[in-house]
Amino acid sequence: MASALINVPPKAKRGDIIEIKTLMSHIMETGYRHTAAGEVVPRDIITSFTCRFNGNEIFRADLFPAIAANPFITFFTTVTESGKFEFEWIGDSGFSETASASISVE
Amino acid sequence: MRSFGAIAAALLMAGIAGATEIPPGERRSGYSFMTSDTKAMQDEDTANPGMLWVLDGEALWKRKTGAAGKACADCHGDARASMKGVAARYPAFDKETGRPIDLEQRINSCRTSQQQASPLPFESRELLALTAFVARQSQGVPIETGADPQLAPFIAKGRELYLQRQGQLNLGCANCHDDNWDKRLAGSAITQGHPTGYPLYRLEWQSLGSLQRRLRACITGIRAQAYDYGAPELVELELYVMSRARGMPLEAPAVRP
Repeated sequence: MASALINVPPKAKRGDIIEIKTLMSHIMETGYRHTAAGEVVPRDIITSFTCRFNGNEIFRADLFPAIAANPFITFFTTVTESGKFEFEWIGDSGFSETASASISVE
Repeated sequence: MRSFGAIAAALLMAGIAGATEIPPGERRSGYSFMTSDTKAMQDEDTANPGMLWVLDGEALWKRKTGAAGKACADCHGDARASMKGVAARYPAFDKETGRPIDLEQRINSCRTSQQQASPLPFESRELLALTAFVARQSQGVPIETGADPQLAPFIAKGRELYLQRQGQLNLGCANCHDDNWDKRLAGSAITQGHPTGYPLYRLEWQSLGSLQRRLRACITGIRAQAYDYGAPELVELELYVMSRARGMPLEAPAVRP
């Protein structure tokens, strides 16, 4: 039941600096923990987050085991035209999630 | 003789009530003890990880399940209307068992009797999600738990447990949360123990959790044997601490350190 929460302003003026906030549901298991029986709990983390605007990559982050569960990633960007932000999270064990949000620029 | 009895009764009352019970005007939610960063996390729906469970709960609310093939929504309709204020009244008196039950137990009782489905395990993602979704509909509603007179004997039992010293550290809930809430324990605020935001996202847990989980953690912290999930004592304690927070607005799903 993975799901994302995205916060992108629906409207902005050309040249505005806007903040984009994303929250993705994920356990971010470090791979350093052991079960009571002594077996290693396999690593299960998100390894990469990418944001594209109208097809062009504008933000990318690599994630590592020290990052808390349900990673909250925010960043700023300047908007020059109306369009669509596409977000992609990729991780261990074939984890892959996408989300998108549109903005209209006046 | 009569006056001796009166003095003894007064002493007994003082002993039970404790001199330091928090006056209603001085009650504070755990929210007010948090840093501005953690407050910001709770305040905004897209930053509050608890909302991930609420979203899951919304999907489960509409999903048909069990032998009856019914979804929550088939009987209760739109939760925004039908569930508003409901969480602010729990734990509530259950006629069938003649005991108080909390919101998680109410959802499971509905599952078994109405949906003819198996009950969801305590702290499972599904049960927390449904509880969070129902509780969310009461965000901002003042807590009313304990208004039902049938609950009085159970509140009294819960209060007894709240005051009871136990465990290797020989502490009762009141020793911290009534007497020392303005102090710190290992760098963390002690707080007044008002359960205004459950189920809530605890940064320490990296997950959403129930009030029973929180109570069990505190009981383990005083090095006492924690009651099992669903134990009558735990529900009575939930009932007392919720009734103690009566009038305070519900924050679910809250964020706490």
